[in-house]
Amino acid sequence: MKIRVNGNEVLLEKAVSLKELLTLQQVRTPEYVTVQLNDGFISASGFEDTTINDGDVIEFLYFMGGGQVK
Amino acid sequence: MKFSQEQMERYSRHIILNEVGVKGQIKLLESKVLIIGTGGLGAPAAMYLAAAGVGTIGLVDADTVELSNLQRQIIHSTKDVGKPKVISGKETINDMNPDVKVMTYHEWVSSANITDIIKDQDYDFIIDGTDNFPAKFLINDACVLLHKPFSHAGIIRFSGQTMTYVPGQGPCYRCVFLNPPAPDLVPSCKEAGVLGVMGGIMGTIQASEAIKYLLGIGDLLTGRLLVFEALDMEFRTVKLASRTNCVVCGENPTLKDLIDYEQRACEL
Ligand SMILES: [Zn+2]
Repeated sequence: MKIRVNGNEVLLEKAVSLKELLTLQQVRTPEYVTVQLNDGFISASGFEDTTINDGDVIEFLYFMGGGQVK
Repeated sequence: MKFSQEQMERYSRHIILNEVGVKGQIKLLESKVLIIGTGGLGAPAAMYLAAAGVGTIGLVDADTVELSNLQRQIIHSTKDVGKPKVISGKETINDMNPDVKVMTYHEWVSSANITDIIKDQDYDFIIDGTDNFPAKFLINDACVLLHKPFSHAGIIRFSGQTMTYVPGQGPCYRCVFLNPPAPDLVPSCKEAGVLGVMGGIMGTIQASEAIKYLLGIGDLLTGRLLVFEALDMEFRTVKLASRTNCVVCGENPTLKDLIDYEQRACEL
């Protein structure tokens, strides 16, 4: 399946949870990344229970300012 | 207000623009912008706003100019090392444009002073040019509580981001980022490094947003986060979701008092 992460197309072999996607995308501190899935924010407590579906548009928004948490 | 011949000439490239004109230029001359932080972002923002003829510019910074600042903080020069940044900034602006009145606040913003600083000249627009998250959240909350528009920006390494908050017209910074990250998780600019031009690129975008807001023209970065990656030379705007339960700008706000978050000492 095909999804978009931060504007880039990402191909996934199987359905994954948002938590797994964060790992796949090498996000080191997921608790400090704001996640937008399609049109809504997903809180950190929901990462495990959120399944990524074909066509989903995901944005990882990082803290930036003098320092960055990624 | 009447223009002198010198002002007609100084601002001629603005005046010729339909969207600005004499009326718009007068508006700018009567406008007041507060710039918090006169570093990488605040320096270019202040210089372009001064050149544009924004009549009152407030500069807030407790720091003094260091040699390592000069790689990006272009409002300061080699001769200014050791001088308070607000004084150095004021001198540069005064040299550039005598039409601009510069207010200086030689202090760090905190819950104790930020409201008074914003109210001091009843600033029309605020630019967040700070380099740390406690200040960014403080500026956000103060602006939301005082119903003031502001521009957020952050830079690190080869990346930058910016968004604009206008009361009632989209999410605030806290809607997007909720709470500051733990202090020990955030590398400072000193540790992480930053390409000098990043402040110029993002800071001048902040100045553009301020001018557009003051003139009431164009579309602002409200409800959108602009992300810039210099290595790929790519700008992207991310449409932001709304958070109706935001503690400061949401439907039932609970944050009424400003917070001084803990900050790791940046200096060594
Ligand atoms: Zn908010």
